[in-house]
Amino acid sequence: MTLPIYLDYASTTPVDPAVADKMMECLTTSGKFGNPASRSHVFGWEAESAVEVARADVASIMGADPREIVWTSGATEANNLAIKGCAHFNVRKGKHIITSRIEHKAVLDTCRQLEREGFELTYLDPDESGLIQPEMVSAAIREDTTVVSIMHVNNELGTRNDIASIGKVCRDRKVFFHVDAAQSAGKTPIDVEEMNVDMMSFSAHKLYGPKGIGALYVRRKPRVRIEAQIHGGGHERGMRSGTLPTHQIVGMGEAFKLGHELLESEISRITALRERLWAGVADMEEVYLNGSAQQSVPGIINISFAFVEGESLIMALRDLAVSSGSACTSASLEPSYVLRALGLNDEMAHSSIRFSIGRYTTKEQIDDTIAKVRRAVEKLRELSPLWDMFKDGIDLNQVEWSAH
Amino acid sequence: MAYSDKVIDHYENPRNVGKLDDKSKFVGTGMVGAPACGDVMRLQIQVDSDGVIEDAKFKTYGCGSAIASSSLLTEWVKGKNINDAEQIKNTEIAQELALPPVKIHCSVLAEDAIKAAVRDVRGKQGV
Repeated sequence: MTLPIYLDYASTTPVDPAVADKMMECLTTSGKFGNPASRSHVFGWEAESAVEVARADVASIMGADPREIVWTSGATEANNLAIKGCAHFNVRKGKHIITSRIEHKAVLDTCRQLEREGFELTYLDPDESGLIQPEMVSAAIREDTTVVSIMHVNNELGTRNDIASIGKVCRDRKVFFHVDAAQSAGKTPIDVEEMNVDMMSFSAHKLYGPKGIGALYVRRKPRVRIEAQIHGGGHERGMRSGTLPTHQIVGMGEAFKLGHELLESEISRITALRERLWAGVADMEEVYLNGSAQQSVPGIINISFAFVEGESLIMALRDLAVSSGSACTSASLEPSYVLRALGLNDEMAHSSIRFSIGRYTTKEQIDDTIAKVRRAVEKLRELSPLWDMFKDGIDLNQVEWSAH
Repeated sequence: MAYSDKVIDHYENPRNVGKLDDKSKFVGTGMVGAPACGDVMRLQIQVDSDGVIEDAKFKTYGCGSAIASSSLLTEWVKGKNINDAEQIKNTEIAQELALPPVKIHCSVLAEDAIKAAVRDVRGKQGV
């Protein structure tokens, strides 16, 4: 087996070879290298037609009209464009925005910026399984609320919010609803009509497409208007200027087409792998699943191994590419804000590992992962004074620690 | 994060892992750090009647650098008098293990641990 085993698909995915082939057709003299905005010759027309095919493929995964798709550089830009663009356009209606504490930084940092500009933000706390309930949104909406932004699938936990119910609350209360769907496209069905979504952000590289390209869905009926954040040639109906990167767009289109076709088979295959992984570690002592077992996508599973520190666990698992909720992976000493928001104590947050399974994960890789994880956890618990204390029946919460 | 070879060596083959008899008056225990911060070190030393460290054991909950810092420390203190052992500076540990700036706190913790263990054994012996 080739090592290390890649189990970080929620971070990024390799480009599907079929996607790479399509992209290569849009680069050199023999390909569609033209500027899609060139109206006066065949090079431009060919590129434009390739871009429009991709637009239709992306629109199709969410049941949208292709004219509702705006190309961006990725989900981060799409989130910025949606939240800032909609908040600014509707500033005369109000300056209150609702989001959640466990959004991706692309949403949270955008909201912080709006706060600096004088907007008022409400950050909803998720329930203990990591979900935002429609009632929480409903209770937070005020007379001056203009935008609600709630993610579809959480990137650390894999929990899946009930977007349709939240969408209905927003529609009834006449508030614009934005959804960050970076982790959900191709992982769970999406229908912008059924879900009453006004704006939705997408990324290609989470679904076997290239990095550097994404899209924002912007509803036409009833029309959602947003202020452009990048000005230039008036591309994308004025919402996002800049020459369209044909190869990137074609790559995203092909990736989304494949993702749409494979959706059902991938869900059942990855669910089986997830269950196999969980069954392989769940019988160890003091192992906990973070998030919701019921309401989640199969590809992301977040597990805490109590009394073992996450970064040393990752070090022990050098043959596995996974990510940790531990602080030590960054320069700060704060553990994952997502896990903290669920009410997990710092120790459990430090002890967590996110495994994310994808298109190229095999059963053998999962079995190997289970064996490696078990060995590492046993080794580190042998080294852990906290495990000793736990075994001696000492309640760690009663110990007075010297915080540093 | 890239670890130095020395950190990896101590992490892969930690020296002197274990526990000494807490109740003995020749054993000093230093427990420092907090689970909430992601590191807890327990360092124990056993001294003879002259205050020379005959044995040292540790257990550490923490990142690879924290484990390596405490493992290295047990090697260094063995055979030293407690008066010399408590002079060990975190900078020496950090330098030996080539710790990056974000991991300096691991070596600080190790220095705190040996100081606490020496304090403990002195207290037990009433000196």
